[in-house]
Amino acid sequence: MYKILLKQDLVTQIHLFRMAAPAVARKARAGQFVVVRIDEKGERIPLTIADYDEKEGTVTIVFMEVGATTARLALLKEGDAIADFVGPLGVPAEIEKFGTVACVAGGVGAAVVAPIARALKKAGNKIITILGTRSKELLFWDDVLKASSDEMIVTTDDGSYGRKGVVTEPLKELLESGQKIDRVVAIGPVVMMKFCALTTLPFGVKTIVSLNPIMVDGTGMCGCCRVAVDGETKFACVDGPDFDGHKVDWDLMAARQRIYLGEEKCAYEEWQKSHSS
Amino acid sequence: MAKLNLNRVAMPRQAPKKRAKNFNEVALGYSLEQAQEEASRCIQCPKRNCVEGCPVGVDIPDFIKAIREGDMPEAVKVLKSKNALPGICGRVCPQESQCEATCTLAKKEAPIAIGRLERFVADWERGNTGAAKLPKSPKPTGKSTGKKIAVVGSGPAGLTAAADLAKLGHSVTIFEALHVAGGVLMYGIPEFRLPKEIVQSEVDYVASLGVKIELDSVVGKLATLDEILADGYNAVFLGTGAGLPMFLGYPSENLNGIYSANEFLTRVNLMKAYLFPDYDTPVKVGKQVAVIGGGNVAMDSARCALRLGADKVYIVYRRSDVELPARREEVENAMEEGIEFKFLTNPKQFLGDEQNWVVGMECHRMELGEPDESGRRRPIVKEGSEFVIDVDEVIVALGTRPNPLIASTTEGLETTRWGTVVADEATGKTVKDRVWAGGDIVTGSATVISAMGAGKVAAADINKFLGG
Repeated sequence: MYKILLKQDLVTQIHLFRMAAPAVARKARAGQFVVVRIDEKGERIPLTIADYDEKEGTVTIVFMEVGATTARLALLKEGDAIADFVGPLGVPAEIEKFGTVACVAGGVGAAVVAPIARALKKAGNKIITILGTRSKELLFWDDVLKASSDEMIVTTDDGSYGRKGVVTEPLKELLESGQKIDRVVAIGPVVMMKFCALTTLPFGVKTIVSLNPIMVDGTGMCGCCRVAVDGETKFACVDGPDFDGHKVDWDLMAARQRIYLGEEKCAYEEWQKSHSS
Repeated sequence: MAKLNLNRVAMPRQAPKKRAKNFNEVALGYSLEQAQEEASRCIQCPKRNCVEGCPVGVDIPDFIKAIREGDMPEAVKVLKSKNALPGICGRVCPQESQCEATCTLAKKEAPIAIGRLERFVADWERGNTGAAKLPKSPKPTGKSTGKKIAVVGSGPAGLTAAADLAKLGHSVTIFEALHVAGGVLMYGIPEFRLPKEIVQSEVDYVASLGVKIELDSVVGKLATLDEILADGYNAVFLGTGAGLPMFLGYPSENLNGIYSANEFLTRVNLMKAYLFPDYDTPVKVGKQVAVIGGGNVAMDSARCALRLGADKVYIVYRRSDVELPARREEVENAMEEGIEFKFLTNPKQFLGDEQNWVVGMECHRMELGEPDESGRRRPIVKEGSEFVIDVDEVIVALGTRPNPLIASTTEGLETTRWGTVVADEATGKTVKDRVWAGGDIVTGSATVISAMGAGKVAAADINKFLGG
């Protein structure tokens, strides 16, 4: 069992757990993920590592309530424990001195970008962060990201905070400004990553995305997380989760995310029924 | 000499129509009377060819004699002294090509039903002592040697090696990547062929010998092999199996509704998707399901799909009936249940709709040519023979290869171009110092019992290395 040492409700439906997992904390690197299972009847879901502390033996995850499992997870409190916390899985993010890196985060992706931006900053890069959410109420970790950034731009869809609009607009302006951008890291919803990749493509700036397809084991055993990159099939769990965004088959990625829509809806409704009664 | 009794006692089974709709065990096992009747057919021949045919060398005539005499505790003792997992082996070993093939009565086409008797003994023990009543602390089988051994993977090879080494007094820790121990016995083989309760009770038996089992521990990620060796372990046994699914490599293979058998079976068996939504993991239930391949995994996948509620399930196999690599018994079970076999058929491509869902499979008809390196006749495409099968789910069961995770994170481990780890067949020793390997990671996908045999061989050599 893995104990929840700290729980924070960051914004509506987005929560943070700091887990006691010393062995995972020892090996965790930015960009890796864990597979989590709540209890005996639970499914295995991948969640990206948002932070880790080897000395304290903790690993932090941030998740959004999107279905039965994450809703069930959100009900847990500090001191509760979950059955399984497997990791660190996947290939760590590539951390080198590239020069200037634009880190683009969408929604819950802010938590995934944070440790990568921090590591890139530490490696000597200039970090320009673009953080986008739907509205001010859903904004979190702008302070955390700011601490690793030389420049910071916040966008909201409704204009309730920062600049009104979506992240691709300041990204495009940045690329057009003539400032040399050596690399872009874009992490968030599939559609946001897709459009970031489309935005940077004409400028020829390498754009790394972090894919989070449906997984079961997370160790290369099942092939559920197949993605097509540069025409080749890859397993996101072991070959990724980071890939070159210009080479990802985004339509396939989006289609495969929808495999269990019906079942997910059914499970969520069942859960809501049993939870309200 | 008494007259030979050539009437093998049949084992009761659930009727095909009934069992095709549930996940309960198909074969129901002998009663004591049936077991004793079958045991009494054994002529206790001095040659003991059956023992030769057993990869772990169980003293078969001795446990059969004990059954005949009604001394069940003795039968258990004899069986378990060589085989830590008899309830599993009694169910899934291909006895027809091992101990029963070498049985003296096999010449009369009526070999003793050794597998059924083995199963009977294991089930008798579970029913009488129960895993829960087994001692929790290490059995006082010998003095502790103070040597530490890490076993990576808790499938048949790892469990067997761990049990043998623990019995010899070594301190053994198993590292398992998944959340339960048992490997393919848990995620791969379905409940109706091998109930998970039986696997769990045999895993518990291995733990009762003093073996520590660390779950959720992905070696290569959580710790590398070299880190384990540096962490005070005197030796490591690698029994991580062949967990990497093979696909056809067609671009159309990533359509929604196309599964690897590994994923499909893991969802159904390990995650209990057949109990969704009571259990959280879903699995797609197709109406028209095609399973590609002809091995045991293909049969298991097809029979699971049927039980989940498919209207029509096809086995699509590029050779013919006689070349099917699956056990005959499982092929017959599948046929009885209504699985339709499409022999000499091979997929050319998958057809999808606008939503990326698979809707059809274009196939070639095949014919058989000269035997290839596997000794089976080579399938050849009949040009212009394309036809389409309407399907809404496809399960690819073309075999598996070892997961590269450990080999790719370990210095000095020799691997073949198929990703298998090179190890000495007689000892299980790899070229890397203090590292042994056995089972599917060495041979590529094979049987439970051959993996157990390899675990046994390696355990003996590790013991020798440690000065035992």
